[in-house]
This record gives sequence, structure tokens and C-alpha cells, in this order.
Amino acid sequence: MIPAAFDYHAPTSVEEALRLLAESGDDVKVLAGGQSLLPVLKLRLAAPEVVVDLGRIDALRGVREDGEALVIGAMTPHHEVASDPLVQQHALLLREATRTVADPQVRHRGTFGGALAHADPAGDLLAPCLALDAEFVIAGQGGTRTVAAADFFQDYFTTAIDDGEILTEVRVPKHTGWRAHYEKFSRVAQQWSIVAIAVTLRSEGGTISEARVALTNMGTVPIRATAAEQALAGVAATPEAVAQAVAGIAEGTEPPSDLNGDADYRRHLATVLARRAVLAAAG
Amino acid sequence: MTAVDETTTAPAAEIGSPRKRKEDQRLITGRTRYTDNITLPGMLHLGMVRSPLAHATITGIHTDDAKASPGVVAVYTGADLAAAHGSLPNAWPVTPDQKAPEHHAVAVDRVAFAGEIVAVVVARSPREARDATELVEVDYDDLEPVLDLEAAAAGPPYAHPDLGTNESATWIFDSAEAGTGSDVEAAIDQARGDGVVIERTYRQQRLIPAFMEPRSTVVDPTSEQITMWSATQVPHILRLMLALTCNISESKLRVIAPDVGGGFGGKLQVTPEEVTTLLVANRLGKPVKYTETRSESLVAGHHGRDQVQRLTLSATKEGIVTGLKVDLLANMGAYLGLVTSGVPVLGAFMYNSIYKFPAYRFTCHNIFTNLTWTDAYRGAGRPEATFAIERLMDDLAAELQMDPIELRRKNWIRHEEFPFTTVAGLEYDSGNYEAATDKALELFGYDELRSEQQRRRESNDPVQLGIGTSTFTEMCGLAPSRVLGSLAYGAGGWENAQVRMLPSGKVEVVTGASAHGQGHETAWSQIVADRLGVAFEDVEVLHGDTQVSVKGLDTYGSRSLSVGGIAVVKAADKVIEKARHVAAHLMEASEDDLEFSGGRFSVKGTDKGMAIGEIALAVFAAHNLPDGMEPTLDSDATYDPVNFSFPHGTHLAAMEVDTETGAVKLRKYVCVDDVGIVVNPLIVEGQVHGGLVQGIAQALFEEAVYDDQGTLVTGSFVDYLVPSAADVPDFITDRTETPSTTNPLGVKGVGEAGTIASTPAIVNGVLDAIRHLGVQDLTMPCTPSRVWQALQSREQGEPASVQPTNPEQTSGNLNSSGVISPEQGPRTEGGAS
Amino acid sequence: MTRITMTVDGVSYTDDVENRTLLVQYLREQLGKTGTVVGCDTTNCGACTVHLDGRSVKSCTVLAVQADGHEVRTVEGLATDGELAPIQQAFHDCHALQCGFCTPGMMMQSLDLLAENPDPTDEEIREGLEGNMCRCTGYQNIVKAVRQAAGTGAQS
Ligand SMILES: Cc1cc2nc3c(=O)[nH]c(=O)nc-3n(C[C@H](O)[C@H](O)[C@H](O)COP(=O)(O)OP(=O)(O)OC[C@H]3O[C@@H](n4cnc5c(N)ncnc54)[C@H](O)[C@@H]3O)c2cc1C
Ligand code: FES
Ligand code: FES
Repeated sequence: MIPAAFDYHAPTSVEEALRLLAESGDDVKVLAGGQSLLPVLKLRLAAPEVVVDLGRIDALRGVREDGEALVIGAMTPHHEVASDPLVQQHALLLREATRTVADPQVRHRGTFGGALAHADPAGDLLAPCLALDAEFVIAGQGGTRTVAAADFFQDYFTTAIDDGEILTEVRVPKHTGWRAHYEKFSRVAQQWSIVAIAVTLRSEGGTISEARVALTNMGTVPIRATAAEQALAGVAATPEAVAQAVAGIAEGTEPPSDLNGDADYRRHLATVLARRAVLAAAG
Repeated sequence: MTAVDETTTAPAAEIGSPRKRKEDQRLITGRTRYTDNITLPGMLHLGMVRSPLAHATITGIHTDDAKASPGVVAVYTGADLAAAHGSLPNAWPVTPDQKAPEHHAVAVDRVAFAGEIVAVVVARSPREARDATELVEVDYDDLEPVLDLEAAAAGPPYAHPDLGTNESATWIFDSAEAGTGSDVEAAIDQARGDGVVIERTYRQQRLIPAFMEPRSTVVDPTSEQITMWSATQVPHILRLMLALTCNISESKLRVIAPDVGGGFGGKLQVTPEEVTTLLVANRLGKPVKYTETRSESLVAGHHGRDQVQRLTLSATKEGIVTGLKVDLLANMGAYLGLVTSGVPVLGAFMYNSIYKFPAYRFTCHNIFTNLTWTDAYRGAGRPEATFAIERLMDDLAAELQMDPIELRRKNWIRHEEFPFTTVAGLEYDSGNYEAATDKALELFGYDELRSEQQRRRESNDPVQLGIGTSTFTEMCGLAPSRVLGSLAYGAGGWENAQVRMLPSGKVEVVTGASAHGQGHETAWSQIVADRLGVAFEDVEVLHGDTQVSVKGLDTYGSRSLSVGGIAVVKAADKVIEKARHVAAHLMEASEDDLEFSGGRFSVKGTDKGMAIGEIALAVFAAHNLPDGMEPTLDSDATYDPVNFSFPHGTHLAAMEVDTETGAVKLRKYVCVDDVGIVVNPLIVEGQVHGGLVQGIAQALFEEAVYDDQGTLVTGSFVDYLVPSAADVPDFITDRTETPSTTNPLGVKGVGEAGTIASTPAIVNGVLDAIRHLGVQDLTMPCTPSRVWQALQSREQGEPASVQPTNPEQTSGNLNSSGVISPEQGPRTEGGAS
Repeated sequence: MTRITMTVDGVSYTDDVENRTLLVQYLREQLGKTGTVVGCDTTNCGACTVHLDGRSVKSCTVLAVQADGHEVRTVEGLATDGELAPIQQAFHDCHALQCGFCTPGMMMQSLDLLAENPDPTDEEIREGLEGNMCRCTGYQNIVKAVRQAAGTGAQS
């Protein structure tokens, strides 16, 4: 319950933050909403010497439009993302998924960027970002680079963000008017996803014209179900047709085995939930 | 003296009224006094170094770095403290030859479970204590941990090599030997020939009480008496046991249970942490505080349940039960706590439940393992028994293709048969199972739900519906002292109360039953207000401090009202008798001519009368009292119950099972409980709701799981799933009222009813939904993956039941708790706050 | 040590704190605001819930230094001049507490959910309280209390 002692900085600009990170040596941690980092510190599973808090950098917070993209600042709290009208309009899937994260208190503090940088394979924002082809803007001493979602999530709790770098914003191509559903399966409300399926799609007259599907907690990183996406295009939104299109969605995946179920169970769940998610999204 | 006002009517009866609670005011405004809120000048703080290993020899402890750490005052190992105390107490040697290991507050040369304390850091602040725990290095030599209950029963290896066995005790009750029934083997043999025999093995998973307030202890040694504040359910027992264990005169020790944030049996203990805090404070002469973290609480506070139940039930083909044989393995864990060994024995009398079994045999093997020790958890022994018998009754009904309610009707004690002596030798004083069941069926809409179930089966609906039944009884109001004596329990079962009339007319009630959320302050006020005819607001209830409530046996086993409440009644009655004496004297009347009602003594046939408050003032002044009378009305009473009380009820659960995912949903829950006369329906209903959720959680969510090294995998609330509001529905609760005939209030006890009854109702409901698909059994908690797997095995033609998840499959418990290194197990080697 | 200034229940405080001090530790240990309690170390139980700039947060998962310059409201700031706030009255009326340990956090979260949704359904109330554990009440009376408070405009 008591973190080890650390030095604390609260820069007010990204430049200052980057400088502090560079000066602080190896043992430094970026603090966003703290909803993942502080529990880790309290249990002393990590004990950084320096903590750089991004909470006072106003520029990192908020949702805006930039041409064909929706830009979400890394420090935008979950509850703002979930209630933002632009997100609802252009990236409904993010809203649906964000609403299932943790509980209201955690959603008030936890941030969009923090959840993605943390990259817990059971995290609920990873698969939606992958499904939406989001791009991650990462700032470092040498400048800024943009990484595609497919390259951003590298492993268990590992992303393309290097030491000394900061995720500043996420650019999400607008999926204006797309329907969406995030089907999360857990045993109690506050629990992380055992498996979840992120779906966003367009449909006309009961037929799916285009779909994006990705899987949460079915491996060390989120998984894009491209085969299912292709199979869904042009399919009538009926239980039978959708079930057939997503039947192979778990093939080749290597989900974890734990108290909540083994890999086989998760693969089975993914198939059932995918059908339900697509049907729910298709309305 | 005032004349009787003819228009005065007795105040409305308090007993039975839904009074809002007195104790709420401080709790809703944050003016609370939980132990951890207490700060004293110069107070020092403890940090515990705990073993990460389940079984190991301690070969060295290095404390120099910790001692040199800023703010550290001292570091103690087990060797430093061992001489200052004896083995931690077990008050219930269930057999004369019961085996138990020596239990030090801080391990001396061997640790027997992961989480056991190996060293204690004392520092000026919680932060400094926590920092220094990281600096204590302990060398261990691994010993083979004993983790599996069934393997342990066969042993070796042994959890305590010195004992040469893992069996602590074997306790047997046999109705033929006791003369309370016939021979069970004969009944089973007979049924094998011409009846039905149901043989089952059920698993009571390990649970964690998970009271919301972590345990905390403050000890102030700076006075003639040492004062301990502790988050405990049992201040009186704790005081006595600490005095005996630490060789301190009982009269030099004062124990206070201030506001206590829940207990559920989990704070019915004399803990290593309490002993350590006392010893350290005593040694250093300074106030000392220790507050555990939730992680420490989950790993080191005692656990509950954890039994394997091997059961054989025999019946005729018509569904009349003829015999019941129970063979238990009960996991003690590493040590015997206060009543660890007695918990399974408490269940012995309840397996036959409300049914008329002619033959019964109960055998229990108490087994040691290298896991956290178990002890009382809400219901203690009785939920296990109720679960077993209610599951068996449903299984029998299924076997005979009979409606489960009908089957129960055929076998239960009919209301006109009370009092009834059971095959386990208890005399049930009263009950009306028919009435409670009829009311429950009506509220539930039983027939409609049965038709819906049929429709869903026929249409092969992916969501199947099941109805679970549980008609339970329990013995509560622990307990007649002679019964406890016959069971070799180390104390009695009486309770003490004092009623003090203050000169201002206010009343102080002192109770030995210490509350931690149950609402004694309100209920006792209601009882006394009625009895003495004073206003509810004018009664103040004092408890939880051994210097205020000097005598008592505290709160557990749903005993508060049916034992402690009766003591209050008896004390109040004594006050009235003394007051009557004075009233007669002051009004110059004969005592026989006095009537007491509505708080007034009046002289029959006259308009003369005196209120009890007036008499109290007169006694205080003591100017004019009957000759030889002591100038006091204050009275105390110690009540030893003549029998247990036997609340009962019928619980019905409608469960939906999603056969595609295995997900289980509780759709509707109805319970009709009979807890006798109700003092405060609001409080009773609250107790039932809370109990239901704990029982439902055992059926569906909670399980303490260890890995193959003996490390607790469910070491935080991330993995030990306590349901939130979003995970349970509203319940439909109702009551029937069959007064208990063995106490003057007719009350029975309600604290454990919900927990005891709901677990089997839920599991029976889940099974009822999928039994037709070939699933015979499910291991608790009925997680979606277990339900799904049971459905799969059935399809593959395997026996359709599932075993507990293999702990080896579990990943790090902190995966997705936001912890960066999920491979890392729960942290057990430190933590000051 | 870092110097921080914070308004808590309407009073401004300036103190030196260790960087690692959690907001709840600052409230309890330095300000004596022991009405807010700690029930876990993994941000699950919600017992420590307070309002930070008007929104509910788990004060065990906020650093005191993060709250520098901000406004905090705890259970101790609910009643005014000895008059219970509607949410407190509702918890009392509906017997929504037993041991009371979860109650401060429950009430603070209930207020937040009512601010967001002044007329919630039972299901919305239950979901809004998903981050708060209670081991005593079984939640039914808590839901009832929130419903009652909604009727009395407790969100203000
Ligand atoms: C009880 C509970 C339940 C939860 N349930 C869920 C759930 O169901 N689903 C879910 O998705 N999440 C869940 N979470 C996690 C929650 O979403 C967190 O908010 C999120 O994972 C981390 O966000 P944060 O802003 O709090 O980041 P922090 O905790 O501050 O940081 C997390 C990690 O990311 C790094 N980091 C943060 N921001 C940046 C940045 N901009 N650049 C570089 N590195 C950065 C930090 O250094 C740290 O290592 C839960 C958390 C809790 C406490
Ligand atoms: S103390 Fe449990 S969430 Fe804060
Ligand atoms: S009232 Fe005890 S935890 Fe909620």
C-alpha cells in the first residue's frame, strides 16, 4: 500500500517532459492516470527512482478533428472519451469499448493513452484501435514518429514506445456513421475481459457491406480478424450467415489459460462472442 | 409522584417495528472509530516480513540492513519473541488425542504456509516500517509442501513433519451408538437391494471471509492497564486468550473493539498479528499500531470452508429417506486457530436438516496442509451441511423423477410433529416448513417457471432455465454451555447484560455481545424500551470494551439476539422487580397491588402511579427507600440458553444458463425465512440480503486458489471475486413467524440464514437447467468455463462433471490488475500498511 | 518532500508531503480526515472514494502531489451545519449500511452517479456502483437508497 520513495516531476509541456525523461536515467516511469501504475507501485512490483507526471500537460488532453482523422490526446480520461460527441460520431467502437473499462472512478482518472501504452492484453482499448486502423504518435528527443496499430502492440505489456518516449496522441481514421459493438465477457462487472470482440461495420438493408473485427485477450497482443472481415462483407446479418463467416475466427490463436478458463474455452468463446458482436453491431 | 393520566396509552410496541438504526449517524458522517483511525502520541508502526514459501526451514535471518534503515526502532524475529508467549490458542480440542503443532506468532525455525510472519519491523512511521521490511533477508531450505487435501489425508509428506501424520483428529457421530437412531450401514444395504442409494462427493471450495475493513490492532502499554484496540468480533475472548498466551494478568489487559468493519467469522480469532503487536508494545513501552494490507489479509487472515464431502444417502423407491452417511475431509490448513477444529463438527448436527432420517453417521477427518489455516466463516460448518443435504435431495429427486419440493414434503418434519428430536440428537422446538414453502412457491411463480423451463427444453433454447430449491434449517444461538462442554469446547455459551437506570431517567444497557455491523445498539434499545416502557431514544447501548462490558462472550453463530438479547431481557426484568419494591414503598401500597405497564407502576383501583424514571431518581437520591435496600436499580443477568434455536426457510432460485458460453445468470430469487419473532424487520431483511450475496458468491464467484508451490493465486480482489452491486439482482424476501418456544422473546437468529440457504439453491438451479443435457455435478464456484466444460464432457461421453481448475494452469494473479510483471505471484514478503 | 496546497471539504490546506504519499494517506494521516477509509491495495474496493474537482476517484490511486491545487470533497464534507445531506438521509432511511465501512465510498460514488444521471434505473445504479464493494448489505438497500436520493435531488 506504500510505494517506494521516488522523485516526482510534473512538467507542463511535452518538451519539458521529454527533457526530464532524458535526464532521469533508466529508472524513470511516466505517470498518466496512474490507474495501472500506482497499483504496481503500491504493491512494489516496480520501484522507479523518478516519476514524470503528464497530468499537467494540457496539450495532451482532448479530442479533436484533423481532416479525415479523429485525434485523441493521450491524456484524455476514459470518461471523456466515452462521452465525447466526436467519438460517438466518428469512432463509435471506441465509445462502446471505453464504457466497459473498469469502473466509473477508474474511468475518471485512467487515460486513453495510458491504457494503450500499458498494453495489457486484456485491456479493452487495444482491439478497437487495431480494428479502426489507429495510428500512434510517439514523441522522443529526436522528434515525433507515427506507428500503425499493427506495429504498435508488440508483445505482452510491450509497445513500440521506447525508453524516453511519450505517446502523445492517437489518430483514428474516421468511421463516420459506422455501427459498432464491443462484446465483453467477464465473470463480474469490474473484471477485465476474459475474451472480448470489437466490431464496427456498415450495413445496408440488412446486409453487411464492410466490417472491422478484432479480438481482446486472445494472445499476447490484440488480434485483427481479417479473414472474418472478408467473409462478413456482403453477408446478410442473420445468425446463421454471421456464424458461418466468423466460424474460424479463433483458429491459430494462442490465448492464455488461467482461472477464468483454458485456451480451448477462450477459442470457443471468441467464436460465440464474435457472432453475437456482429449481430449486435448490425442491429 | 404524579397521578395517573387516564388518557396515557402504552407506547407503541418497539419489538417488531422497523426502527432506523441508531448507529448510522456516525457511520454516514465519517465520524467513525475504526482501529486504523486511532493515533496516539509516540505511536510506532509494525511491518511484517512474511514467508513467500509454503513450507521451509528458516536457516538464517539477516536484519542488520533493516535495523539501519531510517526510522527503524527495532526488528524482531521469532526467536526474539518466542519466549514471551505460548502457542496461539485453539479453544476446541475436538478429541482428547487431537494433534496440533506449536503455533508461534512469528515463525521460529520453520514456516508452514506462505504468508506466515517471519520477522517484524518496528518503525516510527508506516512508510519507514514498510521500507525496512524489504531489507530483511531470510534464508530458507525448501521442504515439500502438502497442498492437496485428499493426498494429505493419505500422507506422507507431512505438513508438520514432527507430528508424523497430517491427521489432527477424527470425530465421529453415529446415531446407532448414540441411541438417537438406527444403523446407517444396514439402511444403505437395504436400499441397495430394494431402494435407491445416492453416492456423491461434493467439494466445498476454500473461501476467504473478506470483511471490508482490513484487520488492525493498536496497543497502548502506557498506563496501569495495557489497552488494545482491535478489529475483532471477540474482545472478551481475545482478552482472556491474550492474557493466557502472553502470561499477562487478565486484569492488566483491556480490549476494545471500536467500530469494526465486518467480521463474518473472519475476526473471530486470536491472531499472530494481535499477539505480536501486544508483545512489541509491551517490550518497547510505546503505543504500537499494525494495520494489514488487503493482500496480507487475503493471504494471512484465516480462510473458511475447504472440505471434501463424501456422502451416501439411502431411500426407498417412493422417496422416503432411510439413511445418511457423511464422511468428511476438513482442511485445517497449517495451524489450529481458535475454533478451526470445531467448525466441521458444528456441521455434524445439521446434515439431517429438516428431514426425518432414521439412521445417520458422521465422520470427520481434520487434516493439516501447508495452506493458510481455516476457521469460522459465516455459517461455520452449517452451510457445508446444508449444501450437502440440499444437493442430495435434488439429486434424489432427479433420480426418482420426482418434483424436488414434493420429495422434501414427503420427508420433512410436519409442523404438528414439533418438538422433534432428530437423528443427530437435537430437539427442534418449533417450525413450519409447509407454511414457509407454500409462501415461497407462490411468490416465486413456481408453476409458471416450470412451464417456461419445459418450453425452453423443447425448443432447445440456447439459454436453459433451472429451478433450485433449498429448504434449510440451522442451529443458532451458540450455545447451551452443557452442550459445548459435551463437545469439548473450551468455554461456555452464556451471555451477560447489564441494565442501568440513570437518575435522569435514561437507561444504559451494557451487552457482552459485541457488534460489528449487526445493529445491536438499535435492537437492544427496542427490547429495553418495550420492557421498561421508556422511550427508544432514552436507551443507550454500550459494548465492545472489556472495561465497560466486563463480561461477555461476544458475537458469532447468530447468537447475539437469541442469547445476548435474552440476557438483556432478564436484566431489565430484574430492574423492574427492584423498582416495584421501591414503588410500593413510596406509594404506600402492597407490591401485589401494583401493575407495571407502559413504564409506570400504578396501584390497582386508584389513580396513583409512578414512572420508572421517577423511581430511578428517588433511588439515586436514596432519601426514602425500603429498609435494607441497596440504593440501586441496576441489574445484571447472565443467560445460558437451554437449547439452540432453529430458524428455517425455503429458498428458490431461477437460474439461466447460457449453454453456448457457460455463463450463469440468477434471474429470480425468493426466500421465505422463519426466524421466529422479529425485533426489527429492517435489520432482519438487511441480514438476509447480505447473507444471500455471500452464499451466492460461494456458488458462483469466490474461490481461494493456490498454485503448485502453495502460493495463493487469488491474492487480491482482482482474482478473488467479491461480487459488486452490478453482479447480483434484487431479492424477494418474506417471512413466516413461528416463535421459538425456548426463550422468552420467541426469537431465533438470522445472521447466517441467507448464506447457508442460498449456495445450494443456486447450484441446484444451475444443475436443474442442464441436468437433462447430461450434467450431473458441478464444482463450485460454477464458473462459465466449468459449466461449459461440463456440457462438453457430456457431448464427448465422459462423466459429466468437472474438476477444479488445475492450479498449474493459472497465470500470475495480477495479470490485468494493471501490474507490469504478471509472472510475479502475490507479494507476501512485506507490507506495513 | 513537496509542498502542496489543496482545498478539502471547503478548507484550504498547505502541507509538505512525501511524493509517494497517496491522497488517502494525506487525508487520513495528515489532515485527520479518517472518515475516508482504505479497504484494499489494488484499486478494487472503492472504500476510499472521494471527489476530486467534482468527479469521483479512488483516493488510494491518486498521489497527493497529483491533487496539488485541486479541490477534494470527502464524506466529512457532506452534511452542512449538522444537517444530513439527502444521500446520507437516504442511506439511513433505507438501512443501506451495516458495518458502515463501505459507506463513505458508496455515498460519494452514488453522488457522482446521480450527478451524471439524475434519474437512474436500478440497473444503471448497480452499474454505477460496480467499483464499490460491500460485504454486508447485499446491495439491495443501497440501490434503494440511491433511488430515494434521486427523488430528492441529492446530486446537487
Ligand atoms: C480496478 C481496475 C480495473 C480495471 N479494469 C480495466 C478493464 O476492464 N479494461 C481496461 O482496458 N483497463 C482496465 N483497467 C486499467 C485502466 O484502463 C487504466 O486506466 C489503464 O490501463 C492505464 O491508464 P492510466 O492512464 O491510468 O495509465 P498509468 O497507470 O498512469 O500508466 C500505465 C503505464 O503506461 C505508461 N504510460 C502511460 N501513459 C503514457 C504515455 N502517454 N506515454 C508513454 N507511456 C505511458 C506508464 O509509464 C505505465 O507504465 C483497470 C484498472 C483498475 C484499477
Ligand atoms: S482502498 Fe480499495 S479502491 Fe481504494
Ligand atoms: S456495510 Fe459493511 S461493507 Fe458495506
